[in-house]
Amino acid sequence: MKKHAIYGLMAEFDDANSLVEAARKAYEEGYRKMDAYSPFPIEALSEAIGFHKNRLPLLVLLGGIFGCLGGYSLCYWVSAIDYPINVGGKPYHSWPSFIPVTFETTILLAALTAVLGMLALNGLPEPYHPVFNVKRFALASRDRFFLCIESTDPKFDRDTTWRFLDQQQPRFVSEVDY
Amino acid sequence: MSTEEYKAEEHPVIEPGYTFGSITEKISSIVLTKKTPLGWFIGFGIAFMLLMGLIFTIGLLLFVGVGIWGIMIPVGWGFDIINFVWWIGIGHAGTLISAILLLLRQEWRTSINRFAEAMTLFAVACAGLYPLLHMGRPWLAYWLFPYPNTMAIWPNFKSPLVWDVFAVSTYATVSAMFWFVGLIPDLATLRDRSTNRVGRIIYGMLAMGWRGSTKHWHRYETAYLLLAGLSTPLVVSVHTIVSFDFAVGIIPGWHATIFPPYFVAGAIYAGFAMVLTLAIPIRAVYGLQDFITMRHLQNMAKIMLATGLLVAYGYMMETFTAWYSGNEYEKFMIWNRMTGPYRNMYWALIFCNVLTPNLLWFPKIRNNTIFLFIISIIVSIGMWLERYVIIVVSLSRDFLPSSWGQYHGSPFDWTMFIGTIGLFLTLLFLFVRVLPMISIFEMRTLLPEAEVKHEGEAS
Repeated sequence: MKKHAIYGLMAEFDDANSLVEAARKAYEEGYRKMDAYSPFPIEALSEAIGFHKNRLPLLVLLGGIFGCLGGYSLCYWVSAIDYPINVGGKPYHSWPSFIPVTFETTILLAALTAVLGMLALNGLPEPYHPVFNVKRFALASRDRFFLCIESTDPKFDRDTTWRFLDQQQPRFVSEVDY
Repeated sequence: MSTEEYKAEEHPVIEPGYTFGSITEKISSIVLTKKTPLGWFIGFGIAFMLLMGLIFTIGLLLFVGVGIWGIMIPVGWGFDIINFVWWIGIGHAGTLISAILLLLRQEWRTSINRFAEAMTLFAVACAGLYPLLHMGRPWLAYWLFPYPNTMAIWPNFKSPLVWDVFAVSTYATVSAMFWFVGLIPDLATLRDRSTNRVGRIIYGMLAMGWRGSTKHWHRYETAYLLLAGLSTPLVVSVHTIVSFDFAVGIIPGWHATIFPPYFVAGAIYAGFAMVLTLAIPIRAVYGLQDFITMRHLQNMAKIMLATGLLVAYGYMMETFTAWYSGNEYEKFMIWNRMTGPYRNMYWALIFCNVLTPNLLWFPKIRNNTIFLFIISIIVSIGMWLERYVIIVVSLSRDFLPSSWGQYHGSPFDWTMFIGTIGLFLTLLFLFVRVLPMISIFEMRTLLPEAEVKHEGEAS
């Protein structure tokens, strides 16, 4: 009988160093579709699983540029084109007065992009994810460290991957159901 | 004296003996416990009663109009603007702690940033009420924003008051996002630790499915740093623009180039005073002395001393410039502040803001939480008096003696002011009850176990 499909295999570790070590070994072994889970950010960990690409800074820069141009154009169009009023004899296009608003819209758009962009790239909000099917995974937000090799990885094989994870001296290895 | 001298290494940012698990336990159990401490109910009850005063005053204000306040001609900006500037200033310490100290890698900020940020949000909420209600018809507040309308008119972008709308609304939005982003991993902890179904659902929805994936953490950290980098110039710009509300006008005592830096320093000064006022009782009531250590209180006291001296320099320069300018109106303004009908306010301000913080030079006083608490309250009062002196004294006697007048806050000015303190405290009590007041995941990174060896290092 064919076994039911699973999301992947998950190993639980006691401390951050064992997790990073195991993640590095898994990467050397040729696994690519995997993710590590920790209760706090670990810089070395994303390097260990080979995750480098981060488009967020570029998006934030674009958001900021858009906010800057948008804010200035708004001030200019309103004050010089659509509704010119003479205030204290200043020119309609008195650019120094437009700087504060332009500055604020730049910050606002950049910050909105940073937050919404981070959530969007992370695929959040995500109400369901298979890793939560592992009971002990609730400890990932407390004091335990997890490594999950996903079944979509070309090198994934239930038995060899299980054996590989078991060699890394985890506390537990478990199957992650869909 | 020398034996008791403060040493940084004796006061770590977190007392030894904690593990990832016990930190999580200690902070999250304050929220997840079924038993609410009696002190919380008493505090919340008092705050809620004060809040009723605010609601009553607002109701009356909408019914009768701004005439219930003491504002008149020539003092058309009274308590409303004083309190607006006071509250906005208090908010600034939260952003300073969470953003600027993060960029400067001051790890002692970790245990105080969450509730300082919450304080920012609530202070901005209180501040925002004043200009809104000062309009008299707050339901038309959206007229402040540029939107295509049937009247075919637009805001005047050359006016500092319009800049203020943009500055304060951006500040409120960015602070709220910064606070929420910081909360996401802790909300996930609460979701996983909550034994109560309703709690799990609510915290689960707020955590948005956060699972601590390293790819997520990577982008999260980037977003958090970028937000800190964006908030830093933002916080400076906000109080600068608030000071433009005055400095762009020509009233003697307002029209000064020193206003922006002196307002920003004053804001940080007032803000740290408020953080101390809140932190000292909270750490005592919830037994958080291991997380908010004497080191934190010491550092905050030092920042208060430094910014207090900057503010004192500001007062000195105001006086000097008035004399050196040779301008008779400026000279009269300073003389009127010191000896005129509001002289008590001025000398009380000098006592609170210039003399009192100098006590913080002494390590013994910085090490005494009771003294720190009293000094921080005196500083808060001093900063309120500063705005009173700047706004009321200047407006009440300007160029023409025929247009002079005397201003005093009406009883409803006071119920409204005390009411906003009630609103602030009510929100703070609710926050402490339902959300972790210390960032759990950032506290975990302070432990030595969180150090990860880099590749190539021998294990």
